[in-house]
This record gives sequence, C-alpha cells and structure tokens, in this order.
Amino acid sequence: MSEPKGHALALLSLTKKYGDFVAVADVTLDVGRGEFLTLLGPSGSGKTTILMAVAGFVAPTAGAILLDGRDITPLPPEKRDFGMVFQGYALFPHMTVAENVAFPLRVRRLPRAERDARVRAALDLVQLEAFADRLPRQLSGGQQQRVALARALVFDPALLLLDEPLSALDKKLRAELQEELKALHRRVGRTFVNVTHDQEEALSLSDRIAILNHGRLVQAGAPGALYERPRTRFVADFLGKSNFLEGTVWGPAPGGFALDVGGARLAVRLPDGESPPAEGARSLLSLRPEKVALLSGEESAENIAEGRILAFAYHGTGFALRVETAHLGEIRAILPAWKAPIAPAEGLAVRLGWAADAAVPVQEDAA
Amino acid sequence: MSGAGRPGAGWWLLLLPALVLVVVFYVAPIAQVLTISVTEPEPGLGNYERLFTSPAVQRVILTTLRICIITTAIALLLGYAIAYAITLASPRARGWWILAVLVPLWISVLVRAFAWVTLLRRQGLVNNTLLELGVIAEPLPLVWNEFGIIVGMVHYMVPFAVLPMLASMREIDPRLLAAARGLGASRGEVFRRVFLPLSMPGVIAAGVLVFIFSLGFYITPAILGGGKTLMVAEWIGLQILDLVRWGLGTMMATMLVVAILLTLAVFSRIVDLRRIFGAGG
Repeated sequence: MSEPKGHALALLSLTKKYGDFVAVADVTLDVGRGEFLTLLGPSGSGKTTILMAVAGFVAPTAGAILLDGRDITPLPPEKRDFGMVFQGYALFPHMTVAENVAFPLRVRRLPRAERDARVRAALDLVQLEAFADRLPRQLSGGQQQRVALARALVFDPALLLLDEPLSALDKKLRAELQEELKALHRRVGRTFVNVTHDQEEALSLSDRIAILNHGRLVQAGAPGALYERPRTRFVADFLGKSNFLEGTVWGPAPGGFALDVGGARLAVRLPDGESPPAEGARSLLSLRPEKVALLSGEESAENIAEGRILAFAYHGTGFALRVETAHLGEIRAILPAWKAPIAPAEGLAVRLGWAADAAVPVQEDAA
Repeated sequence: MSGAGRPGAGWWLLLLPALVLVVVFYVAPIAQVLTISVTEPEPGLGNYERLFTSPAVQRVILTTLRICIITTAIALLLGYAIAYAITLASPRARGWWILAVLVPLWISVLVRAFAWVTLLRRQGLVNNTLLELGVIAEPLPLVWNEFGIIVGMVHYMVPFAVLPMLASMREIDPRLLAAARGLGASRGEVFRRVFLPLSMPGVIAAGVLVFIFSLGFYITPAILGGGKTLMVAEWIGLQILDLVRWGLGTMMATMLVVAILLTLAVFSRIVDLRRIFGAGG
C-alpha cells in the first residue's frame, strides 16, 4: 500500500449543548491520515452529533475542529469537501445511479468529459458499472449503499464520513459489506470516520475506536487494545461481554496483586509497568467469559472457582454457561462447543478456572 | 381490492342506489346537454361549426384560455412560495400558516368578489390611496376587465394550489437536502437540483386542479368582469338565460367538458392523478 493520502482531523474540546442538555462534552480526539476511526456508543452518547459537527450540519457550542491543523469550525457543509454516507443513504430518488454519483461533480462545475470519466471510475470502484442508468428504488439495499459510497468518494473528498452505514441491512449482507468497506478503505487510502452502535462492526472495521457515553469520550484505542484492556466498567460491558468481580486488595503478588472477593482470593497479573493498587483499596475486575475455562478432573488453573450450572445455551459455535459460584456470585463462561469437556446440564457441579492475566482491573464509571 | 372470488349478484344490488344516483343526476343531464347541442335549433353540427366561423365564439374561448393560463401561473407561483414557507416552518407556525390558507376557503365566493370590487373600483381603496399619495393622476382601471378577473380568481385559487404542493413537499426527505449540501451544493443549488424536481408532482397536480377549476369559473368573472370581459361560463349563461339560444349554450358547455377531460387525459400520462385527487393507490 502507498503512503496514506488522507487528511488528519482533530477535535479540540468539542462541546455541544442543546439548552441544558449536553450532547457532547469536551471531546478531544485526533484522527490520523488514512485512519479508519469509529465513534462507538449507545444511542444518545453524542456520536452522531460529533459526526454532524465534523460534517458542518451542527455548530459546536465550544471547541474547534481542525483539518490538517486548519480551523474549519465556521465553514458551512458545502465548503468542507467531505464525503458523507448518510443513514438510509439519502440517494436522490429522481436521479439515476450515474446522476447521483455525478451530483457532487456537477455542483463543482467539472467539465463534462472529466465528470463522466470520474463517475465511471467511481462506479467501477464499487462494481456497479452495469447499474448506471437505474433509479435508486430499483436497487437492493446493498447496492444502494454502494451507490452512496461511490457518490461520497467520487469528488476525492478530504474525509469520508459514515453515519451508521450498515444499519439498514440484514445481518448476512452487513457482514459482506463490512469486508467490502474495509477493502475499499485500503484501496482509496483516505481517512474514514464511521459512526455505529454495533460493537462487532466497530471491532472488525476500525483501525481505532473511540468509545463515547453520555457525550464524553470514555476511551480511544485500537480494537484489540480496547477489548483486552478496557479502562472502565462501561467499556468492558459495551465492547463485548464481561463478568465483574469486586473486592478488596489483599496485597501485592509477583507481577500483580491478590484480590479478596467474598472470601476467595484471586490472583491478578498486570502488564509490565503497571503498579498494583494499594493494599485495602477496593478494586473492580473485568473478566471476559471466553477466558473462563471449564476444568476437567485434575486440571488446574491460577484462579479456580467451584459452582453449579444455573443455565446454559447452545450457540452452535459454543456453549454459554451461567454458573453460580460459592464466593464470586454468578459467573458467565463461553466454551467452544467442539471441545467442551463435559455435556452441560443444569445443576451440574463444575470447576471454573482462568489465568491470572485474564482479569483486568477497571474503574467504575463516573455517574 | 383483489378479492379471491367474483362478486355475486348481491354486491351489485348494494351498488344500485349509487349507480341510479350517478345516472339520474350526472350522466343523464350531460347526455341531454349533448343532445340539445346537436338538435337545437335544427338537427346537425351547425352549432359546432360556429367554433370555426364565429369570431365572437372564438374570442370567448381565447379570453377564457388566456385568463385561465395566467391565473394558473400566478396561483402556482404564489402557492409554491407559501407551500415552501409552510414546509420550512416550525410545527407550531405550520398550524397557523395552514389556517391562514384555509380561512378564505370558508368565505363565500360572492362576498370575496364584492370585496375585491370595493377595493379595486375607481373610488376604491387602492385607487384612492394611490391618488392621495400622488403616484397616479387618474384612477387606474383595476376592475371590470381581465385584470380584475385575474386578481379575484388568483385569490380564490391560491389555497387550491397550496394544498397539493404542500403535500408533495412534505413527502421530501429532509435528509436529501442535507445530503446535497454535504456533497457540496449551495443552498440555491439544493433547491434547484433536489427540492424543485422532487416537488414537481405537486406543482403539476396543483396546476391541473387550478386550471380545470378556472375553466368553468362563473361568479368571480361575472362580478369582476362587469359584463365586459366574458369567460365561457358566463357566456353560456348569457346564451341560455338571456338569448334563449340553447343550442349554442349547450355546444359550449360540451366543449368545456371536453376541455376538462382532455386536460385530465394529458396530465394523467405525466403524473398519477389518482394519488392527487385522493383515491388511494
């Protein structure tokens, strides 16, 4: 791949208030050249407001938006030169596919020959050359989505903004288009800013994810880093599933610390450079269900909890278990079905085990 | 509706009263008008020949067409501006706007026509004000001519122009307008390339409605035309009531019906008329 062609975007203390309601609170975020950044959060988290502010449809109450270091906050949307894929695509119903894609070039007064060539190239990019003369309503949802992408990319925009681009599609198509979108990002090498509430989509598409809640930026980072080392309870809970174990710090242990949870002592290993919390302090652990194993016979683990299966569900690829443990309360575990050591049954006594580095200390979110 | 079986005879009995009503009150009179037009004063197409030979008949038709076209054009322009303002207004303001558009519809045509006469006559409010301001030296001929008729008709027609256009504008997805701006179009271009084309079905519907309505207009032209400028409806009344030339009057009435059907036929090819006139599609 060539060096990134995209532009860099920066949000500085971006704030948007509607009366007393704070939709976006003091968000500072950098988006690198050619990066695929996803704003992820539940509805009402302010992610769409941020995207609309970047696009120029929402004027921020405070803060600035910079493109390659230049302040673009006061510019109206049509002067920003950003491509945008709207929720529901917003294709012009009275124009053919080719006319839709030509629209941004037409309002930029490009000469006809160049316009035609660019439209053809853009339709080629999304493999819709054969549909140039159709009307949007004659296309499937997936095709409409690709027209919206071609229209947003045809004028070589500085940024591509995507507002829940896949939410209108059914699950299977969504997975297909996720791959296409990712491949497209690699081909065009531009900076993409995507908004979604779908955590799987965010994990699979993005170079980096910014997680928002109640208008605040909670944590930003690469998908793997966010998933493996969530900083707060909200991040651990929103991005994937998690067990939460709360207890008192017993004392330091080699490479980490020991935590007392309801009388049971758990070993927690920290990554290099992280210091353990003070003895006697309260600490909250996030433990991913897929990191909890079902121990068979004599098998051992750094942390072991005994209990009984409360309920289980079969998901094809795996079993999801809810286990009532003696000291830790209810623990959820996900086992690969093809190598589950036992056949789960309700009331069955089991031993759960996990490594000391499987659980991650997280902070309670500020209310 | 696409029922599974054929409707039985019982269904036809249920339809019978409506059928009788339509035949007795609509079909029969129109058939009678048609009959009179080819039998009075003598059997034949003599009355229709006048369409090609009588300058008076031709003048009435041309005057009517001219007034109707001008009225439709002005009513569409004004109506479009009002419908556009209502579409962009906040929900609260929208209610007041619509009320303001509808209120004139509840006032009698007769009252409105006389109100215009009061305003526009030689010693009327408009002329007196202009004279006092020194803008004009002589009262302007504002009424009892084509100008007066057009003013009165436009006033009557604007609500009929607003409503179909408003319906069509409110169907436009506001996200399309945002998308157009996001893609680089200025406000003017968004209107010209997206809003205007998408509101065209409403404009055409309003145009057809107003034009057809105008063709058969009677009271407003009769009062504001002062008997000097004749439109088709008044001319028909004159032939039948004053001159007792039934044949000529019914011939023109038939032509009016033909003109309306023709207009509908032409525009039904362009837009879905069933949607416009409220029959569910």
